Amino acid sequence: MTLKECYAELEGDYEGVLARLRSERMVQKFVLKFLNDKSYELLVTSLETGNNDEAFRAAHTIKGVCQNLSFTKLYESSSQLTECLRSGTGPEADALVRQVEEDYKKTVAAIQALQTEL
Amino acid sequence: MNRSILTDMLGDEYDIMEAENGVEAVSLLQKYGNSISLLLLDIVMPEMDGFGVLTLMNKHRWIQDIPVIMISAENASVHVERAYEMGVTDFISRPFDALILHRRVVNTILLYAKQKRLIDLVADQIYEKEQQSSLMVDILSHIVEFRNGESGQHVLHIRTLTELLLKYLGNKDSRYQLSRSEIAMICTASALHDIGKIAIPGEILNKPGRLTDEEFATMKTHTLIGAAMLEALPVHQEEPLIKKAYEICRWHHERYDGRGYPDGLKGDEIPISAQIVALADVYDALTSERVYKKAFSHEKAVSMILDGQCGQFNPLLMESLKEIEPTLQEEMKGDTDSKANQRQLQNVAEELLRHEDLSASERTLQLLEHERMKYSFFADMSEEIQFEYTAAPSMVTLSPFGAKKLGMEEILMDPHHNEKVLEMFGPDDLCAISGALRSTSPEHPIVKYDHEICINGEKRWMRTIARAMWSADEPPRYMGAIGKTTDIHDERVQMDALVQMASHDPLTGLFNHNYAKQRIQERIESRVGGRFALAIIDLDYFKSANDNYGHMFGDHVLIHMAEQLRKSIRGGDIAARVGGDEFLLFLEYKDEPDMAIKRIFHSLIGKYGDFQISVSMGVVCTETSGTDYETLFHAADQALYAVKRAGRGQYRFYDNTMQEMLSVISPIDGSEKETEQRGE
Repeated sequence: MTLKECYAELEGDYEGVLARLRSERMVQKFVLKFLNDKSYELLVTSLETGNNDEAFRAAHTIKGVCQNLSFTKLYESSSQLTECLRSGTGPEADALVRQVEEDYKKTVAAIQALQTEL
Repeated sequence: MNRSILTDMLGDEYDIMEAENGVEAVSLLQKYGNSISLLLLDIVMPEMDGFGVLTLMNKHRWIQDIPVIMISAENASVHVERAYEMGVTDFISRPFDALILHRRVVNTILLYAKQKRLIDLVADQIYEKEQQSSLMVDILSHIVEFRNGESGQHVLHIRTLTELLLKYLGNKDSRYQLSRSEIAMICTASALHDIGKIAIPGEILNKPGRLTDEEFATMKTHTLIGAAMLEALPVHQEEPLIKKAYEICRWHHERYDGRGYPDGLKGDEIPISAQIVALADVYDALTSERVYKKAFSHEKAVSMILDGQCGQFNPLLMESLKEIEPTLQEEMKGDTDSKANQRQLQNVAEELLRHEDLSASERTLQLLEHERMKYSFFADMSEEIQFEYTAAPSMVTLSPFGAKKLGMEEILMDPHHNEKVLEMFGPDDLCAISGALRSTSPEHPIVKYDHEICINGEKRWMRTIARAMWSADEPPRYMGAIGKTTDIHDERVQMDALVQMASHDPLTGLFNHNYAKQRIQERIESRVGGRFALAIIDLDYFKSANDNYGHMFGDHVLIHMAEQLRKSIRGGDIAARVGGDEFLLFLEYKDEPDMAIKRIFHSLIGKYGDFQISVSMGVVCTETSGTDYETLFHAADQALYAVKRAGRGQYRFYDNTMQEMLSVISPIDGSEKETEQRGE
């Protein structure tokens, strides 16, 4: 699987990220680093323990990373979740969390697939 | 992760420090100050967010020296606007483009570096110029005074008085309201008012008696000569200082009613600078001694001026003089050279401040860096908890070793309300240390305090030595403190154990003989006229207890005895083990000792296991034998011997018939040979 295919798999904007980060090497480096980022775990545990502030910051971080890496799909769902958590929480929170979970797993699966082939 | 993308984008060109949150960022800013070229700041962060950091940067005016580029996914225009209002140089929104980011960072850094260099340059020049010009003016005016035979204080007095009058006058009438720099200039120029006197012959200048009309006419020309000298300066004609000096030289002998010289100017035709120096000159001439006159008192001089005896002055000026009159004398008295220098420095400082906050020069930064290196090296080597406390913002910085030892972060915001800190120190100790520091003075800023802290659930004794930091202001302000805390727990425990060992008998826990002696002497001294009894108690047939039941049993008998003794005495009384099987009691009694001794004697007798305890007691009273310890002890020993001779199992008080008796005290390690020799 190529980096481009990986982006297609996780529904990201490969051309966009390449234009901004300038080199494929750089993009790949940070895409792989995404696997080590603990923000998603932090989000999950914060939601479980009801720590809304921490959950907001975690969602915000995921949003920022996705934005930088042009992970469009996960960016969109994490962005919505961030806005929802910013004002405390809302009825739509659960659905958004599930969406983020789905997108996150999809993203991670795509990157792992890329990693095994390197 | 976002930070590492940034770091990667900026690459190897920069030394990059990362802070995980706002608090860390602030501590880095505090630590590295202006050596930070640029701050890339996020908004959403744990502990303290980006706006919190900006608030502090504004409060401490760091924002003026350290450019900030805000990078955030928060693109709402209210955030962007707020960030710009708080002084950020640029706002880059996510997702960032590597090239644009790089370019903006470079531009900002270059811009600030250039500005910093320019500020340094200007500051150096201002400082140098100020220094040189005031030095030259001082030299010049001294030459004039020297020739006049004046004290050298004249110029200083005029300067002080001129300054005071100018400030008062400015409040009275907006026409005379001058800027700070104009006031400073007139004050400096005032020193030159008499330079024309250089051209006046010495015989006239220093003539003791009255001047003839002709001589007076010559004297008067010093105004025009001074002015002409300034006018003839080949350069600097346009300098405001020279213009002011010209006015002052030429017209400081004019009077408000037009009856002065040389030009007979009237009212406000006379520049205000010259009017004021004229008044100051007259006042100082009156209150100083000259070859032709004595000094008048301050009161006399003021009343002469107000009466118009020295010519007419501007009525507003007279009012000002009246108002400053009560404090004037004090002000003038205090006007020594050092004060003038101080004022000058203050002026320079104010001048510098007006040119915005100046960055320290390169060299200063290098020196600082050097000191910092030295400090951190010694801090690491010393195995002490070193700390630095700043009062505003309230914050403790621990040395790396200290932070590790205490299990704390290196930076602690608001320690007085930090739960971890309070748990470790206890609020009382923390308040005590902080209170002690605040009540020090700049002369005696050091505080030493022993206290217990709780590390990993274990209480340990620590010694904190700290130095309060006071500002150079008047009055000094408390800025914080630096200090170290060392673990003295083992030392202290050991010390306690040593004290215990040195003063107690290890088997019974009673005092040993030496310590008992010391305590008894102290007690006798502290209660002069008290009635005391000293008793030596010997355990009868103790050797047989050892022989029949073994040494272990013997030891138990001794411990049992010690307990009985402890029980039978009151607070303040003393019990000790003074020999192998001999004990000592020291007690105070009221009327007569017999009852107490009898009670104790009977409480000691009884059975311990199969062993029948019997004791012999020799007793002596301070009433009969005085208060010298050795004498008392010797007498009790002899009384005990008398009991033994009479068949043991009794107590007796010492009397003179016992004087020739021997001693019964046995060594404590119980060398049996010795005991046998004495026939037991």
